[in-house]
Amino acid sequence: MALEKPYKDVPGTTIFDSDMARKGYHLNQFCMSLMKAENRERFKADERAYLSEWPMSEDQRQAVLDRNYNAMLALGGNIYFLAKIFSSDGKSFQYAAALMTGMSEEDYKAMMVSGGRSPDGNRYIGENK
Amino acid sequence: MARITAGIGASHVPLIGRAIDTGDTLSDYWKPLFDGFNFTRKWIAEEKPDVIFLVYNDHATAFSLDMVPTFAIGCAETFEPADEGFGARPVPTVEGAPDLAWHVAQSVIQQDFDLTIVNKMDVDHGLTVPLSLMYGQPKKWPVKVIPFAVNVVVYPTPSGRRCYNLGKAIRNAVESFDKDLNVQIWGTGGMSHQLQGPRAGLINQEWDKRFLDRLADKPEELADIAHIEYIRETGSEGIEMVMWLVMRGALGDKVTELHRHYHVPASNTAVGHIVLESQS
Repeated sequence: MALEKPYKDVPGTTIFDSDMARKGYHLNQFCMSLMKAENRERFKADERAYLSEWPMSEDQRQAVLDRNYNAMLALGGNIYFLAKIFSSDGKSFQYAAALMTGMSEEDYKAMMVSGGRSPDGNRYIGENK
Repeated sequence: MARITAGIGASHVPLIGRAIDTGDTLSDYWKPLFDGFNFTRKWIAEEKPDVIFLVYNDHATAFSLDMVPTFAIGCAETFEPADEGFGARPVPTVEGAPDLAWHVAQSVIQQDFDLTIVNKMDVDHGLTVPLSLMYGQPKKWPVKVIPFAVNVVVYPTPSGRRCYNLGKAIRNAVESFDKDLNVQIWGTGGMSHQLQGPRAGLINQEWDKRFLDRLADKPEELADIAHIEYIRETGSEGIEMVMWLVMRGALGDKVTELHRHYHVPASNTAVGHIVLESQS
């Protein structure tokens, strides 16, 4: 029997479940390697060469090179692992969050200061806003 | 006999740690958040707990995908603040309480909760930010800490009910320890927040406040909240609130709420804080 996944109808959200964790294993372990300063330096010196050392899919490598976080999430990346990439880039969680929503960092910050994104209209895919 | 006298709930947003470390707590952005902890800082200085049983989650720091323990208890003598990718926080080494930790591990496992025992582990902002919120910037933490890590990163995380019942087992365990110790339990993380995808930035103030309203007197209702409700209503990272239920379960049936604070935002997150005193 298939596992129940009641979270598939939540919009704009990828739940890091067993399927995603399996798919993203090497991508996420690459991210963990960036917690060491010497690895960060090697990665920055030649990103593609460093990525080629990890048995990731070409799509995963390209998403990292493009810093396309939504693509990385879809390919099994988990946000706390992906945080090692934007931290290595000297970027904040708020920068990355804004990028994933398609908003400017300034607009995103203003949204948060005024109370954040309302759950209304954001609970189910296809729900009327 | 050791006793769990009180519990604290508090968010553990990394940027709060940054604000403390860089001396930015009085700025317009941060002051309203930190003001809500003034009560607790005074209170804890008087309470002088001997040990904090600190329930938190590791954010892909000590645990990669190589090993994902659902519940892990830190039994080491000391725990170093972790380098999370931009250097370790400038905070003291965390001193453990191995006697009590091993005792709790043995007792809780015998109560059918299969804990992972950890003897070497660095601790990330999930653990050090709440310590900084309550104790500021001391040269040495004035308390011993038992780190207790709950997996809320890889789904499925333990249910709220499981966490609540685990708290009860922890209470039994602490009360059967011979030494006379004043133990507090802290549940950290939350409240509503989502850090990923196009829905990032979700905050649900109404839901968060209803959670806080029920924590003291209606914990059974909170224990019944399903994963999907946390995800849908509070954002994908709101699931961290199951860790508050470990804390509540460990306080016994009757508690008194001493203090509460709620503030939006810290970075991407709704910050909740509560102090509960055990009456049983």
